[in-house]
Amino acid sequence: MKFTIMINEGPYQHQSADSALQFCRSILAQGHEIFRVFFYHDGVNNGSSLSVPPGDDRLIQKEWSELSKENDLDLVICIAAAQRRGLMDADEAKRQGFDSHNMIEGFRISGLGQLIEGGIESDRTIVFGD
Amino acid sequence: MATKKFMFVNRKAPYGTAYALESLEVVLISAAFEQDVSLAFIDDGVYQITKGQDTTGIGQKNFSNTYKALGDYEIKKLYVEKESLEERGLTQDDLMPLVWEDEDDDWAEKPSIIMVNRSEMADVMAEQEVTLSF
Repeated sequence: MKFTIMINEGPYQHQSADSALQFCRSILAQGHEIFRVFFYHDGVNNGSSLSVPPGDDRLIQKEWSELSKENDLDLVICIAAAQRRGLMDADEAKRQGFDSHNMIEGFRISGLGQLIEGGIESDRTIVFGD
Repeated sequence: MATKKFMFVNRKAPYGTAYALESLEVVLISAAFEQDVSLAFIDDGVYQITKGQDTTGIGQKNFSNTYKALGDYEIKKLYVEKESLEERGLTQDDLMPLVWEDEDDDWAEKPSIIMVNRSEMADVMAEQEVTLSF
């Protein structure tokens, strides 16, 4: 079955980021396909490269990044939500005139249309949020 | 592209968190994809479409007028749960009179708000193919 996953909460603050990560691993292990993972609201912070949790804790952003690399996942961060919250890739930072950027490898920035397309193209759309 | 039944479920008050504002942004984008779109207002989500919203005291943008534009985007099925209104001491008179224009009926204005009880809402949700919850 083909899935699109939407994540609406940031890492650490809320369980939904961890749950989504575990759900994605589980469905991939069962042979399902993930069409897209879409990050919205504070969920965009799952793509930050600047998180430094204590050493004995998980690094959620890196787990997403690695899962993406291993499974060739399409991890999409909503541009409108990301702009509000100060998350950007190199291209967007350049466009906005900033000299730094903070998006971890494996994610890309795009528009809300990517979420709607995911809903249309997938058999199931699952929302993780509050 | 295929047409699917999309429902956006609004559960939170319009201010206090960004869910309502950012939900509306997704709803407006979905209109461009020519999908069969409906909205549900349950729990505190019913406050999103109440009349007379005034945000001057909290320094935030009042986006309630955007709901009035939904009809122009062919989004004309706004399901409101009766019990959620009642539990908050509200009636349909407290809601904005949201309408759409029917081009097959000389552009007559028709109500977009569809009042349903909790079990009818469950039935409408069960018919959906993509349900996004905010």
